[in-house]
Amino acid sequence: MRNAFVSELLELAIADPRILLITGDLGFGVFEEFARRCPRQFLNAGVAEQNMTGLATGIALEGRIVFTYSIANFPSLRCLEQIRNDAAYHDANVKVVSIGSGFSYGQLGMSHHATEDVSILRALPITVVSPADEWEVRQATRALVATPGTCYLRLDKSKAPPTHAADEIFTIGRSRVVRQGTDLTIAAMGAILEVALEAADDLAKSQGIRTRVLSVHTVRPLDIDAIVAAARETGGLITLEEHTVDGGFGGAVAEALLERGAIPRAFLRVGLRVGFCSAVGSQNHLRALYGMDKAGVIANVLRMLQKQ
Amino acid sequence: MDSRELAKRIRKHALRMTSRGGSSHIAAVLSMADVVAVLYANVLRVDPERPRWSDRDRFILSKGHAGAGIYAALAESGFFPVEKLDTHYQNGSDLSGHVSHKGVPGVEFSTGSLGHGLPVGTGMAYAAHLDSKQHRVFVLLSDGECDEGSNWEAILFAAHFKLRNLVAIVDYNKIQSLGTVAETLALEPFVDKWTSFGWEVREADGHDHGALRSALSAPSSSGRPVCVMAHTTKGKGVSFMENTVLWHYRTAKGDEYDRAMTELDRP
Repeated sequence: MRNAFVSELLELAIADPRILLITGDLGFGVFEEFARRCPRQFLNAGVAEQNMTGLATGIALEGRIVFTYSIANFPSLRCLEQIRNDAAYHDANVKVVSIGSGFSYGQLGMSHHATEDVSILRALPITVVSPADEWEVRQATRALVATPGTCYLRLDKSKAPPTHAADEIFTIGRSRVVRQGTDLTIAAMGAILEVALEAADDLAKSQGIRTRVLSVHTVRPLDIDAIVAAARETGGLITLEEHTVDGGFGGAVAEALLERGAIPRAFLRVGLRVGFCSAVGSQNHLRALYGMDKAGVIANVLRMLQKQ
Repeated sequence: MDSRELAKRIRKHALRMTSRGGSSHIAAVLSMADVVAVLYANVLRVDPERPRWSDRDRFILSKGHAGAGIYAALAESGFFPVEKLDTHYQNGSDLSGHVSHKGVPGVEFSTGSLGHGLPVGTGMAYAAHLDSKQHRVFVLLSDGECDEGSNWEAILFAAHFKLRNLVAIVDYNKIQSLGTVAETLALEPFVDKWTSFGWEVREADGHDHGALRSALSAPSSSGRPVCVMAHTTKGKGVSFMENTVLWHYRTAKGDEYDRAMTELDRP
């Protein structure tokens, strides 16, 4: 995802001199070409995320579109108040980019698990996007340049397989139906869409269960209509996020459904429920450990359908 | 209006505003009033007719709790009617206790949480540098605010990129929220810290308008960012508010208000 983001941003930056990319001293082997081809549009602010975000705001208020970049929680939680007071309150064109959502950096430990960022950032009046695959990353990068104000782009080390149609149009705030189905819906946020797709295919093949799969790449603003339709047209709704269930994507979906009076027959948020993870392991290992892998999702689907 | 008269009006407005609304921080306004008056009367290239003029000098009050002083300076400089000051801290007003830009022409940036102004001002100075613009960026900080690490991140950055168009002014009254700076987190040797970080430091009596004018007006002589260390007296101009922690918080009412106003009214 990272390379898709950087190469798309490079293309955009060549065409639009207003674009500036600031890194918090991370991205070894990633930004060399960008820095070489757009030297006046690239900046390393050092290991200083609060300054990086305030700096980005100041530069953005002078007419630029500024991307700040770092990994895990460094460009988001470390400088949360700068995102809130400086960038967001001033409607500054600051696009905060984090690479390493969820357990992308599983083995690096708890400090590098981005598992609360969506809950926290979706409470701010900003655009929050967590793409699932490289196509969504490229489209989202392009769309965020055109979206005024402060945005958060959450990138993963893994990626879902491509699911877009050749002529498909990506829109911020509009989810994508990537598998049709009527028996139930799995709404996924981010690269863990891959797990939803695998589970849906397996359920279709082995049990004849027709699962609708939504890629909900934008958490704020949320595509309420598609979620309400899924709740009404299918038998149950599972949200899937590599993130805490507390106030996260599933929470956003639950809020929207309840307020619309669209109560699904069954509803479950699949995500992290144990607080912090101190177990060491790869992204796939940790997904499996917390029931966010194919087997875990299928078990939840079957339990849900059985209850109905 | 000359800077002396402006300073006097800022102090009187701020006393009236904080007393009417029952807000804090009068001593913090009195401390910086001369710096702000010299900036608006003599230094900043700003135009009340065109508050967003692209070549204006940028001014950020990072010690946002002294917002009443900036509202007063802006009103007296013609950015909005002086009568609007009466709404300060009142229900439905645009003029919040900590300085906010929304609905207030001339406020460059909203602050209130400390340690935010200098990074943003550094960004504005960096953008001006990229665009080869000639305007300058001024950020006014409190001394206690220099406890915030974010400032030192910006201080490193501005020196590294030699942002000669950036001026950080420290309202160095040596008193912070709960006690003196020396008792709380000692900043001394304070000037040495800024110098060793690569800034051109100018010390000035923060109530001497001539000294402030030259310290604030002269462009960087070293090609490096400039720090004006303004030695000030917290509560300056009201004898019983000077050099006390109490008046960081207390609101002047009744007799206290009358006595303070009488002192500020003296020619």
